[in-house]
Amino acid sequence: MNKILLILQREYLTRVKKKSFIVMTFLGPLLMAALMVVPVILASLQDVGKKKVAVLDETTWFTGKFESGENLEFTFVDGDLESQKELVLTGAFDALLYIPLPEFNVPANVEIFSNKQISMTLKSLARNTIKTEIENQKLLGAGIDPNLIKEARTTVNVQTIRLEEDGSESKSYTEVQVGLGIFTSILIYFFIFLFGAQVMRGVIEEKTSRIIEVIVSSVKPFQLMMGKITGIALVGLTQFLLWVVLTAGIFGLFTLIFGSEAALKGTGGMQGALMEQSFQVDQSASQQMISQVFDVIHSIDYGIIIFSFIFYFLGGYLLYAALFAAIGSAVDNEADTQQFMLPVSLPLILGIVLSNFVVNNPDGPIAFWLSMIPLTSPIIMMVRIPFGVPIYELALSMALLIGGFLFTTWLAGKIYRTGILMYGKKVNYKELWKWIRY
Amino acid sequence: MFALEAQDIVKRYANHLALNKVSIAVPRQSIFGLLGPNGAGKTSLIRIINQITAPDEGSLKINGVPLKQEHSASIGYLPEERGLYKKMKVGEQAMYLAQLKGVDKHAARKRLHEWFDKFDIGSWWDRKVEELSKGMQQKIQFVVTVIHEPEILIFDEPFSGFDPVNVNLLKSEILQLQKNGATILFSTHNMESVEELCDHIALINASEKILDGTVQDIKRAYRSHTFELLLSQISESPRSLIPAGFELISEKANNYGETLIRIKSPVVVDSNQLIASFLPHATVVSFQEVLPSMNDIFIEQVQRK
Repeated sequence: MNKILLILQREYLTRVKKKSFIVMTFLGPLLMAALMVVPVILASLQDVGKKKVAVLDETTWFTGKFESGENLEFTFVDGDLESQKELVLTGAFDALLYIPLPEFNVPANVEIFSNKQISMTLKSLARNTIKTEIENQKLLGAGIDPNLIKEARTTVNVQTIRLEEDGSESKSYTEVQVGLGIFTSILIYFFIFLFGAQVMRGVIEEKTSRIIEVIVSSVKPFQLMMGKITGIALVGLTQFLLWVVLTAGIFGLFTLIFGSEAALKGTGGMQGALMEQSFQVDQSASQQMISQVFDVIHSIDYGIIIFSFIFYFLGGYLLYAALFAAIGSAVDNEADTQQFMLPVSLPLILGIVLSNFVVNNPDGPIAFWLSMIPLTSPIIMMVRIPFGVPIYELALSMALLIGGFLFTTWLAGKIYRTGILMYGKKVNYKELWKWIRY
Repeated sequence: MFALEAQDIVKRYANHLALNKVSIAVPRQSIFGLLGPNGAGKTSLIRIINQITAPDEGSLKINGVPLKQEHSASIGYLPEERGLYKKMKVGEQAMYLAQLKGVDKHAARKRLHEWFDKFDIGSWWDRKVEELSKGMQQKIQFVVTVIHEPEILIFDEPFSGFDPVNVNLLKSEILQLQKNGATILFSTHNMESVEELCDHIALINASEKILDGTVQDIKRAYRSHTFELLLSQISESPRSLIPAGFELISEKANNYGETLIRIKSPVVVDSNQLIASFLPHATVVSFQEVLPSMNDIFIEQVQRK
């Protein structure tokens, strides 16, 4: 036991002292923060300064239709195109919107001139305004009042409420649950691959450097394998924890600087942010939606999610790390790992691919079975948990996962103790089978 | 009393028999040479003693007690294929390996510094292993093999990869370890070092032990009744002086009027009688029985198979 601790300590310390670990630890949260912060910063940068836009409307259909807003100021001008272009170049206007006389009924070749790159906002505003106006004209031509259409357009917001068995109700918002489920399962997927591969490389390193013989003359191969696997698990947990703490820190700093409103906009996620920018969505509806999202975010039972996340995170890792260790022991160098890597990574990849089906039907038979099989349960169960999973299913899946990793560890231990001392032999599955029975 | 006894060890691999009922007994505080050609099964036996692999049949005893996991702390092992963690610092790594063998942190540090000073490698403590030359790495590997002051030391081809200066250093260290009470088992191809160091040997060939005993006994057992005489003032030709039944193997005159002859008898002879037969015709300057070298015995035994 003491020796496992020594091995664990070495595996842990040599890895966390590596430059690559330190770089990754700081780079990860920076990237995370950038993902949330940069859009907000960009949005706030866009707001700087009002753009003056000249509108040269040869059709005269749109007079007064372009309303000056927060960021854009429209001025209707007359005259010929060339002289107006000059004005843009001299800086009197930032852009020139040119609507030529139509060839048929539609002004097809609307053009915007500018000496700088024009914003998406201006472009889509111009397009939408012109489109709406022409649609209205057509409706009028057909004898329909455009206001009628506007009134007929309805925004329906469906609120989903879960009825619990004890009679209480909880608001749910499927998108949030899908997001949470997919996010946590992808994290587990990456963790297993990233640190499972580290276990494999560690085993190969010991084998190729030939230190293995010295070590196994002091400790049992199984102790070495377990020490390595748990040591690297702790490296992963440390990295993850540092990421959470650092991301929270950076985010907190950001909130201090830019104010909480901007930060909330950032957390609202891309969806919320995009909706707010969009013109078609009714402002109040989007507000309502966001408040609903927050309601749900606050109502989710984080206790069970965090607990099962850590459980599946570690359980899945332990199950696969043992297999990765066995692969590492069976080969002489990393290039030979390919043939064994495929069958081991297949269930993981399958889990990620099938998680799309699972979110659509989180209580269906596919979801049920995949969240029971230990090879896929760490991924699929995480997808299902935000939707609510009966306790007995969760307990069964966890028990199976524990059984699963005990089995793979036992199996890997058998391959490992023979493999680490085997050199220069091209190992195939038949050979591995022999080692297991040996 | 034997420090190490292996009884009828059998080890089978998938499609060949690596050891076939091999028994060895290593007396306490002796230097025991495990000889044999490549692939004879030496490393298999050594790995079994180190509990790296388990024998299929047979038993092992350390100081009369059946071998168990705890014994790894009283055995030091230097494998044939040397290796250390390349990216780890020398001191850190030596501390780690010493602790794995059960030495506590404090004692490990103290002993390591003593050894490092002895080998004059103290300045390597904070260098990474990959920055050192192969010979330097070997020295560190030797230090970590003996750091836990084991009763039994097992060296697999200890001299391979060392330059002559370091081979001498290693030999004197091995003798010193023996003097301090350690029992040493080593495998080698280097017969010179066997003659120099070993008290006992066992010869393994094609998975079987074909010979064992003390070096002296074996040499005696394989004596070929060959004698070497340096004669001067010979009255007749050397050939005519040879007693009946002897065969002249070689004769060689030197610049001082002396002749060195080597003769061989098919049967046991009495040295005194042999010397006496020369006395009337020549002056015997020196006389010695030529015992076969371990090298000769090794080659003869292995080829006889």
